Amino acid sequence: MIRSSVLISGDPISLSRGAEETKLAIEAELAFYGLEDEVQVGYTGRVSRTDVVPVVVVYPDETVYGPVSADDAAELVEEHLYKGRVVEHLRVAQEVASAEIDTLDPEGATLYGQKRVVLNRAGRIDPYSVDDYIAYDGYFALGQALAEMTPDEVLEEVKASNLQGRGGAGFPTGLKWTFVAQQPETTRYIVCNADESEPGTFKDRLIIEGDPHAVLEGMALAGYAVGASEGWIYIRGEYAMAKDILNHAIEAAERLNLLGDNILGSDFSFHIHVHAGAGAYICGEETALLNSLEGKRGSPRIRPPYPTVRGFRDKPTVVNNVETLANVPPIVLHGADWFRAIGTERSPGTKVYTMLGDVNLTGLVEAPMGTTLREIIDIYGGGIKGGKAFKAAQTGGSAGTIIPADLLDVPMDFASMREHGAGLGSGALLICDENTDIVDLAYVLIRFFRTESCGKCTPCRVGNVQMLESLERLRKGMARRSDLERLEEIATYVESASFCGLGQAAPVPILTGLRYFRDEFESRVRD
Amino acid sequence: MKSLEELRKIKERALERRKLSGEGARARIVVAMGTCGIAAGARDTMSAILGELEKQDIANVIVTQTGCIGLCEYEPIVQIQVGDSETVTYGNISTDRVPTLIETHIVDGEPVEAWKVRK
Repeated sequence: MIRSSVLISGDPISLSRGAEETKLAIEAELAFYGLEDEVQVGYTGRVSRTDVVPVVVVYPDETVYGPVSADDAAELVEEHLYKGRVVEHLRVAQEVASAEIDTLDPEGATLYGQKRVVLNRAGRIDPYSVDDYIAYDGYFALGQALAEMTPDEVLEEVKASNLQGRGGAGFPTGLKWTFVAQQPETTRYIVCNADESEPGTFKDRLIIEGDPHAVLEGMALAGYAVGASEGWIYIRGEYAMAKDILNHAIEAAERLNLLGDNILGSDFSFHIHVHAGAGAYICGEETALLNSLEGKRGSPRIRPPYPTVRGFRDKPTVVNNVETLANVPPIVLHGADWFRAIGTERSPGTKVYTMLGDVNLTGLVEAPMGTTLREIIDIYGGGIKGGKAFKAAQTGGSAGTIIPADLLDVPMDFASMREHGAGLGSGALLICDENTDIVDLAYVLIRFFRTESCGKCTPCRVGNVQMLESLERLRKGMARRSDLERLEEIATYVESASFCGLGQAAPVPILTGLRYFRDEFESRVRD
Repeated sequence: MKSLEELRKIKERALERRKLSGEGARARIVVAMGTCGIAAGARDTMSAILGELEKQDIANVIVTQTGCIGLCEYEPIVQIQVGDSETVTYGNISTDRVPTLIETHIVDGEPVEAWKVRK
């Protein structure tokens, strides 16, 4: 009968620092106490930062020790596994990890050390089964809210959680909902922005594909809180499977009276519709999205009035990102205090990232806010491919900031990143190794914006073309100093004078690229 | 459905069903079928698994699907649980690995160590 499990980090760095000796010593000690049949010993992936390896994790308590040498084995086994007392002085110091890093998933279904709030069920349930969702507490937040809470109480809970919008801007969700709830107009709408078109970002798709009901429940809770009875999901046209899963989920939820009229026998009714976009990047901008949803050309609206005042069909509208809405059910179910205990004080909760580029493991990562980029790359990404050096990362998708190695240790949350002139944006993390050419990178990005500019305003429509021309000359070694100066000047104008977020963000990679990697631009100038 | 109480009942039933004994099954095979999995060939893996179970005339195995678990690099990902033992997560399960996987883990009850995602 196995009662406990001991895992030792078995990654190359741990092995080079004696993980194997530690493992052998632990096994020998267990045999000495006759515990070998009760405690199983094995290797695991890296569970913490490299400065504390080899790490030893004891389950089911999930106590993390490190670094543990072969000499420490006797004490650890005698105290923890024989006598059941935690060996405090061997534990990984709290401050080692900048944020709480969970250990392994108890069901063994997911990967090392993620803190999963949004993706808690993804990969564990069948997305086509509403029963699976309910088995893992699905729709209990809505059920409890309808039975025991007033709309105001739901709103206050979300406000108190300090949940910030996960679409990129980080606007406080509770505040947005309050604006809508305060409007005199009583026909109100909830719109879920699932038009995830940022290159390199695919978190929303995987949230929907893995756990569609979480988004639906989040929307219904939003509807209850602000007094809306209709919700729309605007989903990127290419996301055919996600759309299919959503429609299936809506039907299943309606059959159980978890959506639709008089939900769970209450006075609250909420209907959700799915609308597919047609492939324009601009439609991810919320006012363009609303125009498109109304059947008009997808071009942005002037703000104010904001969508919270005049949104869909000119009615007060909450526009929230998929990930934001998926955070709502656990907040309502477990309370704002629970949520605030995760992440950092200024940005509670977790963030879902999509990691791509020159790392060993690309994919989806959910980590507490405040986890540093270095930790994300080392722990979840398995380090830089081919053992090369890190050069830069673009955080937040194509319109995101290019940041250098100096910022690897900045806690990633909305406020801290902003203080360093960087952003979390959509949560895409493009990791570039030492061979990356920053000018080329900027060129590819601006080419995207040149294509996707909607053409409504001049700075964005013309500016992106001119920036692309300057970058082209730089790449070909034909640029003069004046071209570089012009590039910077135009980038500044486009950022400050564009009508909407698309244009305002388009020059960000150039401006941050120039800030941190100016040498590379300069070296391309022909004197 | 009219109340929270009924929701609780559904939860209990669903939890019971998730236990293998609840459905009289001896094993559960879960294929990750997010877009990343499908792009890596999860549909083929799924049909290969169903085909192999039929070919070997193995009954009482639940075959189902789930979304992306975040390890897109390892797709197609297949999770297998036999009896009450711990769920094992396998990576890169292409169709040619399916017969061995079924034979070893489902028939013989021995996980295939080399193909586990976490070694």
